[in-house]
Amino acid sequence: MEVFLEGVLWLFDPENWSGINAIPDRVREHVVYATVALVIGAAIAVPVGLWTGHTGRLGNLAINVGNLGRAIPDLGIVAIAAVLIGFGILPVILALIALAIPPLLTNTYTAVRGVDPEVRDAAEGMGFTGWRLLRQVEIPLALPLIFAGLRVSTVQVIATATISGFIGRAGGLGRYIFDGLSMFDTPRVVAGAILVALLGVLADVGLSRLQRAVTPKGFAAALAEREPSPAAKA
Amino acid sequence: MTTASATVLINWGWIGRNLGPIGDSVVEHLVLTAPPVAFGFVLSFGLALLARRYRSLYQPLVRTTGVLFAVPSLAFFALLIPFLGLSRANAYVALTMYTLVVLLPNIVEGLDGVPADVTEAADAMGYSPSKRLLKVELPLATPVIIAGLRIATVTIIGLVTVTAFIGFGGLGDDILTGYNRAFPTQIVVGVTLTAALAILADVALLWLQRAVAPWRQGV
Repeated sequence: MEVFLEGVLWLFDPENWSGINAIPDRVREHVVYATVALVIGAAIAVPVGLWTGHTGRLGNLAINVGNLGRAIPDLGIVAIAAVLIGFGILPVILALIALAIPPLLTNTYTAVRGVDPEVRDAAEGMGFTGWRLLRQVEIPLALPLIFAGLRVSTVQVIATATISGFIGRAGGLGRYIFDGLSMFDTPRVVAGAILVALLGVLADVGLSRLQRAVTPKGFAAALAEREPSPAAKA
Repeated sequence: MTTASATVLINWGWIGRNLGPIGDSVVEHLVLTAPPVAFGFVLSFGLALLARRYRSLYQPLVRTTGVLFAVPSLAFFALLIPFLGLSRANAYVALTMYTLVVLLPNIVEGLDGVPADVTEAADAMGYSPSKRLLKVELPLATPVIIAGLRIATVTIIGLVTVTAFIGFGGLGDDILTGYNRAFPTQIVVGVTLTAALAILADVALLWLQRAVAPWRQGV
């Protein structure tokens, strides 16, 4: 427990809040890496998930890409990208995008596919087709599960963005952890771990609020009793 | 290492000459994977029974496992160094914690998903609570529990690679060594075999589920 305490003290040391390795800078870098990866990942995964879910075509592909993505180690993607395209933040961002896609893709596909067929039939009976069916019926009903996927992706991307410290010249909170390890400065490692975990938890709480805000009202009541735990939905 | 050979993605000759060490890495990877999944399952099962007995514990427990999951794996290993050093126990403890976030909710939700009329019928037939759990609830919850076990196993097989930073790693050690030597072949071997192990484990558990629980819950 003493180690943990030293890490907390490190966090409150004013010396670590300014200068070359300042906490606000490292936090900002970490947030930027994670956000860029999540936005690009979502820009790829959500449209593909919506399309496969809406048309029912290539559904197995969506599921398999999701499962395969989980099986490939992030460390390996970073290592191979670093060796092939060089150091800096690009290999890290690539690995994080690859990490963000599977939960989003699987959840988006499953969510759209899982829209009650009776609801779909009713909408079609009312003259909804194609894009309008997707836009006004399927997407609103699928949003809670898509958000659940986004939450899983976000927590994983924030935790894994730590790997930026492994590649030379990249910033982010991973710096504290890797620098601390190589300097045998355990409080620094602990402080880095606390900051990353805190960031992950805050993002998860923020997204769960947003998730509740975008859930259609009539649907929210039905979901209220069983809010899915993010990881179990992965 | 010349730059010319560093840009070749796969050096088949190297793979041929190193089949022995590669095999050792695979075995080491499995040795690092199995205990955390087993410990995690036992621990989750205990916690799940506790959470079902005392309902108010469930949400706090799930939230705690979620926070543990948000701690980066490398930092988790580092945090345990003062207590466990650079030992195998260090890797086992950290990896075990990561399984809980998937296994605990799946076990609880699997058991909760057993229809009330089934459990009531068991009660009416004079089953004691423990016998009802073993003979009725657990078999019906098996598909959901194994679904969780599949996700947990695949996740841990991936995370084992990170233990390379504390001196283990299995195939992760090949990834790290390949990176340090700027030798893509060894990285690709590590990545490919890790993914292959994860897929094989996933399929094996799916077979296990079909063999021991050929029914589907709720049908």
